[in-house]
Amino acid sequence: MPNEREKKKRLPLADMLKTWEFTIFMLLIAVFVINLILSPDLFRVANLFDATLTFTEKSILTLPMALLIISGVIDISVASISAMSGVILGVCYKAGMAIGYATVIGLAVGLSAGLLNGVIITRLKIPSIVVTLAMMLFYRGVGYILLGDTAVRDLPQRFGLLGGAYSSTFIPIQFMIFILLAVIFGFLLHRTRFGRLIYIVGNNENTARYSGVRVDRIRLILCGVTGLIAGLSGILLTSRIGSARPDIAQGNEMAVITICLLGGVYIFGGKGSIIGVVIAALMIGYVHYGLSILNVQEQVIRIFTGGLLIIALLIPTIASRFRASVKHRRGGS
Amino acid sequence: MNSRSYKSRLRELVRRREFGIFIIIVIVMVLVGLRNPIFFTGDNWKDMLMYASILAFISIGQMMTIVTGGIDLSVGSVVALSGMSVGIIMRDNPALPPVVLILLGTVFGLGCGIINGLLIGKGKVHPLITTLATMSIYRGLVVVVSRSRWVVYGDITKGFKLIARGNILGINNLMFAALIIAVVSYYFLNHTRKGREIYAYGDHQEAAKFVGINSTRINILVYALSGMLAGFGGVLWVSRVHTAQANTALGYEMQTIASCVIGGVSIFGGVGSVFGVLLGTLLFGIILNSLELIGIVDFWKLSVQGFIILVAVIFDAVLSHRVAEQMRKQRRVFDAE
Repeated sequence: MPNEREKKKRLPLADMLKTWEFTIFMLLIAVFVINLILSPDLFRVANLFDATLTFTEKSILTLPMALLIISGVIDISVASISAMSGVILGVCYKAGMAIGYATVIGLAVGLSAGLLNGVIITRLKIPSIVVTLAMMLFYRGVGYILLGDTAVRDLPQRFGLLGGAYSSTFIPIQFMIFILLAVIFGFLLHRTRFGRLIYIVGNNENTARYSGVRVDRIRLILCGVTGLIAGLSGILLTSRIGSARPDIAQGNEMAVITICLLGGVYIFGGKGSIIGVVIAALMIGYVHYGLSILNVQEQVIRIFTGGLLIIALLIPTIASRFRASVKHRRGGS
Repeated sequence: MNSRSYKSRLRELVRRREFGIFIIIVIVMVLVGLRNPIFFTGDNWKDMLMYASILAFISIGQMMTIVTGGIDLSVGSVVALSGMSVGIIMRDNPALPPVVLILLGTVFGLGCGIINGLLIGKGKVHPLITTLATMSIYRGLVVVVSRSRWVVYGDITKGFKLIARGNILGINNLMFAALIIAVVSYYFLNHTRKGREIYAYGDHQEAAKFVGINSTRINILVYALSGMLAGFGGVLWVSRVHTAQANTALGYEMQTIASCVIGGVSIFGGVGSVFGVLLGTLLFGIILNSLELIGIVDFWKLSVQGFIILVAVIFDAVLSHRVAEQMRKQRRVFDAE
């Protein structure tokens, strides 16, 4: 009998965890409906997929970022890494390298930038936020040093296909990459030993260390992966806009973190799921798309994103306060 | 006895972080001066110090947030928002005396800071993420408030220009303001109960809770002060450069953080002095100023800033890890006895 009671008590909590993903899914549908009312042209399937082109670069970055935050580290230099990778790709191409090799070098730059972040964070035990804050300036500056205020424009057509082409009939290649990465990261996080270890590291670093989990190595790997995907994101963006410039992807780090937190990733680590992040990415993406179709300024859209981020952050506090007050009332009566 | 205490005092002085920064400042000054003699002209120094003055007191506000273990990334946007709002008010009512405008700007900044403080203190949201969000919100508000029409040179009234150019007791107003704020905050942080509570809270949040320090109030106070100083700085900024734009003071938060970290404010919280921050600001101002003088292009500025912050942070981390190690060893010796 008491066993059953315990089960009943635990059920609402389990329900709530389930409904978080459900809630944002409902929000996503609401965003769709509002978008459709405001601009009915969006209803065509081709347009729906076209719209993804504007936010896939950010969306693919949310996947490794989610893993990183779950493991208790954060990287706010990702947007700068993206810009640096794009610029270096452009500079390599301009120097006469084949575009394929240049792309590989761009990815390698991203990977090594992420690894450098990881080494400094894990070796010197400095809070990741501070390290990546400095690196954010540093990597962004590298782009400016290489190109100044110029841009590499004459990238080959073949390269442009990466960011703008459609694979079968109407699904953009970018979006296919996003889906593929989402499946890979989802599998990695939810179905493998490594994924479980990420949660353990994020939940309690010291316990993990004492249990023989190689905390630093896991975090280093995740930092590297984040850097690599940031590089990929920069390359896709460069391909889509057709030129390598040092000022791309400004403010993307905030958009990415916002999506992760809205997707149910806990800012202090240990909690989160890929499906939530994917839904949140689509939601934010379509919100942006809808607002920009309505001709709202980029800066004003940022107010919106910032507001959403704060709301996403306040939810746990409000929820715990609400739960406490409910408990208090029950105890009182 | 007397000479010995003098000696040990001297040794303590040499060991202080501030002394190290001072030496670096002298070295940098000599190197830059050798490369380009313009560095030592009065005009250059006045330019540099005027720039460093605003940076100095905003950095002092930043220091208080870092000492509590937080950070305020929104200062650059608050500078822009307060500057833009004041600029627009001035454009619409040119008859308003500058003092009123200064007060208004300070109040705007205070409001922004209190919002940060409430979110962090009451909402228990991580400071960095909160201010990352409010940074873009305030920056967006600059565009909304200005309706994409910037305040340009012709809009600035004569009285308003005088705020930055005038003198009090023979010292430029900006430097005077920085000095007064530095002295007041030195007194506040070192000789009042609230000031000491800020350090106590930053040093060990749990312990501070047990001795009865109200964390919510400390957070609100610190972020409100930081916002207030940034708002004040915004007015002076517009008065100094004669324009207010959407990208005024973009990335300024990084400069304040750099000044703090160079000045020996620990990112782990609990450590930092007003004097150190002043020296840090001076060093940072000299470096930024001398990049142009020794012929390094503007595009290097970002990377150099990032690199300086990184080096200072690594230096600080290595130092504080060593101190922790030493204390642990001492404790072991003590336990063995």
